[in-house]
Amino acid sequence: MKFKSVLSGVLLAFGFGTVAFAADVKVGFVYVGPVGDYGWTYEHNEGRLAVEEHFGDRVETIYQESVAYGADAERVINTMAMQGADLIFTTSFGYMDPTLSAAKKFPNVKFEHATGFKLADNVSTYSGRFYEGRAIQGHIAGKMTKTNKIGYIGSYPIPEVVRGINSAYLHAKKVNPDVEFNIIWIYTWFDPAKEADAAKALIDQGADVILQHTDSTAPQAAAQQAGNVISFGQASDMADYKPFPRVSSIIDDWAPYYIARTQAVLDGTWESTATWDGIGPGMVSIGEITDAVPADVKAEALAMRDAIADGSYHPFTGPIKKQDGSDWLAAGETADDGTLLGMKFYVEGITGKIPE
Amino acid sequence: MVIFGIDLVLLISALMISATPVLLAAVGEAVVEKSGVLNLGVEGMMITGAVIGFIFAVNTQIPIYGFICAAIAGALLSVLFAVLTQYIMSNQVATGLGLTMVGLGLSALIGKPYEGIKSPTLSKIEIPILSDIPILGPMIFSHDAIVYFSVILVATVAYVINRTHVGLVLRAVGENQEAAHALGYKVVRIRFLAIMFGGAAAGIGGAYISLARVPQWTEGMTAGAGWIALAIVVFASWKPWRVLLGAYLFGGITVLQLNLQAIGVAIPVEILSMSPYLVTIVVLVGISLFGHHTAPGSLARPFHASQ
Repeated sequence: MKFKSVLSGVLLAFGFGTVAFAADVKVGFVYVGPVGDYGWTYEHNEGRLAVEEHFGDRVETIYQESVAYGADAERVINTMAMQGADLIFTTSFGYMDPTLSAAKKFPNVKFEHATGFKLADNVSTYSGRFYEGRAIQGHIAGKMTKTNKIGYIGSYPIPEVVRGINSAYLHAKKVNPDVEFNIIWIYTWFDPAKEADAAKALIDQGADVILQHTDSTAPQAAAQQAGNVISFGQASDMADYKPFPRVSSIIDDWAPYYIARTQAVLDGTWESTATWDGIGPGMVSIGEITDAVPADVKAEALAMRDAIADGSYHPFTGPIKKQDGSDWLAAGETADDGTLLGMKFYVEGITGKIPE
Repeated sequence: MVIFGIDLVLLISALMISATPVLLAAVGEAVVEKSGVLNLGVEGMMITGAVIGFIFAVNTQIPIYGFICAAIAGALLSVLFAVLTQYIMSNQVATGLGLTMVGLGLSALIGKPYEGIKSPTLSKIEIPILSDIPILGPMIFSHDAIVYFSVILVATVAYVINRTHVGLVLRAVGENQEAAHALGYKVVRIRFLAIMFGGAAAGIGGAYISLARVPQWTEGMTAGAGWIALAIVVFASWKPWRVLLGAYLFGGITVLQLNLQAIGVAIPVEILSMSPYLVTIVVLVGISLFGHHTAPGSLARPFHASQ
């Protein structure tokens, strides 16, 4: 029975091997764009790398880039769950329903959906209060524009993007009553060619500030080519375009959250939660404001950042009217999270309609 | 020249840039189809040109080297198609589709380290005297070299096809391969060269996206431009100058819809976004219903000298 003992020896070794090398927890990440977008997905991947570094061999991570919305997303999420992932982060709004549907099929797997609003026993949501950063951008944009035209590249007309437009507009308008927002919707998070075309069209229309809510650096490149246009890094610092055209940025810092949630799974204390953190807790931060911004404007912007961080200022503080002229917030009143999360209206002064 | 809040000078200048990739690919494909070959791999050759052009431009910091290498890469990829369809007699439609898939996959693989990198860009060349003409100058005569090149290429192709012996032979091969063969023309060799020309043109078109229009590399960045180029060849009834018209029309609608959105015209965004494709479909249907059927007689038919 020599053969049998060899076989069992091999099996034993193999078994020990897997025990010795297997991580305690496997974490999956689903990305909407490539890691090399140097925007949204890049920062999520930085968060993943931080998890790997923090936990070392105890945690294994897997990821999939450029996952299309719809059936593709569900297939990728299911595959990750079947590969033994214990915790899966789905990092784009459009993964909401695929995540919930996969969560039903795999009740023992924990899911975390970024920027969504649907919860389940094993599905949490998390997002940053990016509108806080937009307020600071709006302030700088309103002060710096010479043509009084600010171009805004929107991805999809969802509350998160609309909120950003409103926040930026309110704060630009506050310091520059003549300011005007031109908004282009391109219906994608990541398509450098479309983003570049949209930026060029806005610049051709006279905009000298480009705000983007899309993931690539193509609008930065378009601003740089135009020469006299400023831009802001979106989701990531986009530091390659410093100090001009990129004069500041909103940086998403997911690492602490990803580490905390992975720790919760390791400890068995994971619970379904809805997290929405801003500049204060550090999920959103403001990238370096370069010297292309006048010193006084920079000081005001930094003061606003600090006021938002310590809670003394809320970017949506009344009086604010809706676009149709009806009252939204009375003087001194601040917006509640429910309204902000479902925001489907422009504030007074923005022209154009939100596509249905 | 501002009409409805849109500056016509800027609009036309922008549409020429926007149309150039499609124009280059389409004029190359027109030559291929004139020789009687249908190469559906335009998208694959464009994306290969985009990535190769980007890699060489970044490493040498000289954009024009990027374009030259993109042309070579596009032509080399098309050789694969030419060998398969002309010598091994594989099905042209299936091989062309395969070429697109190969190009998309291969470019994503070799382009991975180049994502998020900046490339050197082409400088504008203001043509002396002509660029000083009011309105027309800034509109047409202050572009980068590739925009001029694309127009010159169209003119050259139109001249060669319609006015020269070489063009006559090319058309003969495309219209009636047996007759051309009987006259002693090397059908396969001529088609082989036409396919390579198409590949090179598509490669330059792709590189224009990654080096001038965006300028960045990301996988899948041609985003269907190759298919639009194929549609434009049919739209143009295989005539080079009409290819130019078709490409500029398509580019024009693309740029116009963005400008209309930017100034806040009250047309639903969804309709504006799909308008370039919608117009292309409508025109194609119109041509097949009412137009003269001018497709080359031997288009997509296999040829072997023994037949």
